Amino acid sequence: MRSRVSLSRKLFNVSNALFLTGVTLLGIVPFLHLLSISLSSNTAAMAGEVKLWPVGFSWDAYIYLGEKVEFFRSLRVSLERVVLGTIVNMLLVFLTAYPLAKSNEQFGSRTVYVWFFAVTMFFGGGLIPTYIVVVKTGLIDSIWALILPGALSVWNVILMLNFFRSIPKELEEAATIDGAGHWTILWKVFLPVSLPSIATIGLFTIVGHWNAWFDGILYLNSPDKYPLQTYLSTLIMSMNSMMTSVSVEQLKVLENLSEKTLRTAQIFMGALPIMLVYPFLQKYFVRGMTVGSVKE
Amino acid sequence: MKKLKKNYPLHVMLLPGVVFTLIYAYGPMAGLVMAFQEFEPLSGFFKSDFIGLDNFKYVFQLPDFNQVLWNTVLIAVCKMVLFLLVPLILALLLNEVTKSWFSRFVQSAIFLPFFLSWTVLGGIVIELFSLNGPVNALVSSFGLEPIMFMLDNSWFRTIIIGSDVWKGMGYNMIIMLAAITGINATLYEAAEVDGAGKWKQMIHITLPGIAPIVIVLSVLGLGGVLNAGFEQILIMYNPTVYEGSDIIDTFVYRLGIFSQQFGPAAAVGLFKSVISLALVSATYYAAYKYNNYRIF
Repeated sequence: MRSRVSLSRKLFNVSNALFLTGVTLLGIVPFLHLLSISLSSNTAAMAGEVKLWPVGFSWDAYIYLGEKVEFFRSLRVSLERVVLGTIVNMLLVFLTAYPLAKSNEQFGSRTVYVWFFAVTMFFGGGLIPTYIVVVKTGLIDSIWALILPGALSVWNVILMLNFFRSIPKELEEAATIDGAGHWTILWKVFLPVSLPSIATIGLFTIVGHWNAWFDGILYLNSPDKYPLQTYLSTLIMSMNSMMTSVSVEQLKVLENLSEKTLRTAQIFMGALPIMLVYPFLQKYFVRGMTVGSVKE
Repeated sequence: MKKLKKNYPLHVMLLPGVVFTLIYAYGPMAGLVMAFQEFEPLSGFFKSDFIGLDNFKYVFQLPDFNQVLWNTVLIAVCKMVLFLLVPLILALLLNEVTKSWFSRFVQSAIFLPFFLSWTVLGGIVIELFSLNGPVNALVSSFGLEPIMFMLDNSWFRTIIIGSDVWKGMGYNMIIMLAAITGINATLYEAAEVDGAGKWKQMIHITLPGIAPIVIVLSVLGLGGVLNAGFEQILIMYNPTVYEGSDIIDTFVYRLGIFSQQFGPAAAVGLFKSVISLALVSATYYAAYKYNNYRIF
């Protein structure tokens, strides 16, 4: 009896491990395939010979990439956006979370402000009115169109204020007795102790700005101002529009005309920074979820 | 009066956040009046003529509108169901893995696509399913004709749903796995003493143990029944597959930004926002009643 149970258990363990390995491959293989294409010769890539390993290994795509003006121009815009956007976002999150972390007794108007911000999480004007407001505030075709409309993330404010509430009251009280005002407490007491959660929220803000592409399509008119992901999206969408209503033969020709290895290399470079910080992302994410679930 | 003076800095801290929220969140909400206007960008919200419900009448009689609504609900519901089922199965299977390095590795591989943008993932998916891509190579190896996945309405819809599940399943899986780990270990020990096998333990301990979090996740997911994945579809679709994949958001985008029909596009947006608000309020209320779930 005992051995029969453990046999079926063994069978389950093996098939479970096999199945989960399969799922794992689903997560990894597409990226391996992408990398292999970018490291293959263009002819092999276009003929569809490349699977999981480069065929006719060549660095050519990355050498061309080094001379690709559009790529580096958009990379610079992306870096600019990430730096400016993260500074603005984090400053606003920090400033907004501090007063909202106070109790209602301490800060009487708190409830009004909380409702003011909370409403925006449940209702919004939608794409078209937002677009018109961005036009009317003169941000079109400027990098600020990618930063100011989303300057305040209410979700991040909630994360931050939950963290602020976990700071021992004694710290603030001691500072108040020493004659410190709110500003001093914010910068000299709260800022140093909240560095870990600032790092967490900051990392997600950076990833958000790096990954965003649609606002670039919507708000920027000149392609030379596109950030990297927006530039990549134009590569993909122009390919898509070529595919419409053609025969199998035409489609094959079209797929071959595009510089496949170069396009693939650029897409891979767009993913690379995220993959490099992925271990931190994963770790902080789980922590962020537990911080966010702390209830009032 | 003394309190006001003491709290004065708190209001100052909130000022930047309030200003940006007023302009870019409440501004567009107020701008929704354009749904009832013959909106002219040059005249703006204040000087455009009011035309009552004409925009709504115009949009609802458009031949595409019913199809768009159907696509939205169909795609969103399929995604919602799979976003619960797939992570649940994965979490249950991962929980049976005894080697922790293997479990961590599988989790990392599954969670990775969550952090990448749709430009990168869309580019990969299009490449995988292209005419001479790896999936078609597999199809050919069975002696079948290659399939134009990206130009076939039902295939394309399946790919949209499948690839979104691929990108997003790690999120719910991590939450569910955390809930499983939180179940009291003595329950399992007691069950073992009573002679319950692994299967019975799962049915009677694990599933009831994570039922609350599964219910909260599904209830919160209901609020997004009109969000079928705008950025994903926008980057992957092409006019040939509009019939099977055009959703409210992509429809609004083309109607408003490309055709410059701002009034009708805003009307569709308002229609969506109102339904979503009703659903979100109802589901948050349900989540609060059921599990005392609160965001603030």
